[in-house]
Amino acid sequence: MPEPRRLRVRVDPDKCQGHNRCKAIAPELFELDELGNARAAGDGIVPADLEEKAYLAKSNCPEFAVEIVEEGEP
Amino acid sequence: MTGRPPAKDWATDFDHLDPRWVNDPFPIWDEMRKGCPIAHTDRFMGVYFPSRYEDVRAVAYDTEHFSSRRVIVRENPPPRIPAPPITSDPPDHRPARMVLLPPFTPDAIRKLEPRARALCNELIDRFIARGTCDAAVEYAQEIPARLIAHMLDLPESDGDLYRRWIHEILEVGITDQAVLMQAVGEMTRYFAAAVQERTAKPGDDLISYLVHARPNGTPMTTDHVLGSLRLLLIAGIDTTWSGIGSCIWHLAKTPQDRRRLVAEPALMPTAVEELLRAYAPVTMAREVVKETSINGCAFKPGQMVLLSFPAACRDPAVFPDADKVVIDRKENRHAAFGLGIHRCVGSNLARMELTVAVEELLKRIPEFSLAGEVSWSEGTVRGPRRLPLRFQ
Repeated sequence: MPEPRRLRVRVDPDKCQGHNRCKAIAPELFELDELGNARAAGDGIVPADLEEKAYLAKSNCPEFAVEIVEEGEP
Repeated sequence: MTGRPPAKDWATDFDHLDPRWVNDPFPIWDEMRKGCPIAHTDRFMGVYFPSRYEDVRAVAYDTEHFSSRRVIVRENPPPRIPAPPITSDPPDHRPARMVLLPPFTPDAIRKLEPRARALCNELIDRFIARGTCDAAVEYAQEIPARLIAHMLDLPESDGDLYRRWIHEILEVGITDQAVLMQAVGEMTRYFAAAVQERTAKPGDDLISYLVHARPNGTPMTTDHVLGSLRLLLIAGIDTTWSGIGSCIWHLAKTPQDRRRLVAEPALMPTAVEELLRAYAPVTMAREVVKETSINGCAFKPGQMVLLSFPAACRDPAVFPDADKVVIDRKENRHAAFGLGIHRCVGSNLARMELTVAVEELLKRIPEFSLAGEVSWSEGTVRGPRRLPLRFQ
């Protein structure tokens, strides 16, 4: 059985400078550390109804730090 | 600035104090991007001006060839005035920055929001009955000055003092070194007294936090604390004041955007990011410390680079309809708070102040328009300095 397609978000810690754009756009998908730098919340898996927000978070990051990985079969 | 010879051409003799640049820099930057994307001037002892997003980004990321030890272009380079971490390069930069970040996270800033809203309403109370105001002088400039005083637990009325120092350091001080050094001296003595007081009797404020912080397990030197306090004041006031002023200016002359924000308050976060992009207030600078070249342009050591995030934010190669304000712009990777390791530490504070200032104004005065001539700041922080409004 192929895995169903799903998205996972990731924040590259070397690129993130704490602009906080991803967290403001998709608070369900990102969390901040004590310095204000972002990371994926939990395992980073994006529920289907949050996919648009995930892509918006990616396309608004000034540092190109937000990545979206597609997993499973298309 | 009176008495300056006008710029002969923007590619080889630009002058960011030229009145044409001060009043409306956008067509100049458009012309540069098309003809000579990295402009140069022999004025100010030699300055480069990258006008494209790509080149601004390349300079911002390259801390090996471009140092932050001088971040303001002045007529004569003054003695260094350290304000870590903005004037720091790696490896000193990181610890100096890390200590400043916790008080400026979104959660920390959220706690200041009620005070910011109350402050805005106190200011509006003073002029609402009059039916007119100067929104730059009576509103925009008061908000960040008073809020930073609140964060430092200093009298909010000292905001007047802060604004004078900043005017002398960032505007008059570009060409008048005596005024610059006098203002820096006064500011340093003012903070030194507060540092001494909070060392003995710490409170729940930002000065006490810095005095008692232990980055790497050891306290910061008094000079470092004073430098960072200078930074918070210089970087935190006229930048935000300019941003708030530009937002209100835009909404005064664009009734359709203003009415849409009143009708759709949920659009505010997106609109604020777009207004930040379109009217990004802050241009930084770097000193070339090692010869290098970017996109075929050689950068000579000893010269400065104006790092124009505002020009980057208007580059049509990155932002479709870059010269239009699209308040529901969804994809907006703007660089108003800088790029790379020097991202504005106060960005969450600035965003909150901007949002609250516009929201409270629109709640109390949803209809307003320009009532006279608008004047703009000189130097590398751009915003209205006179913004007459009427609202009857």
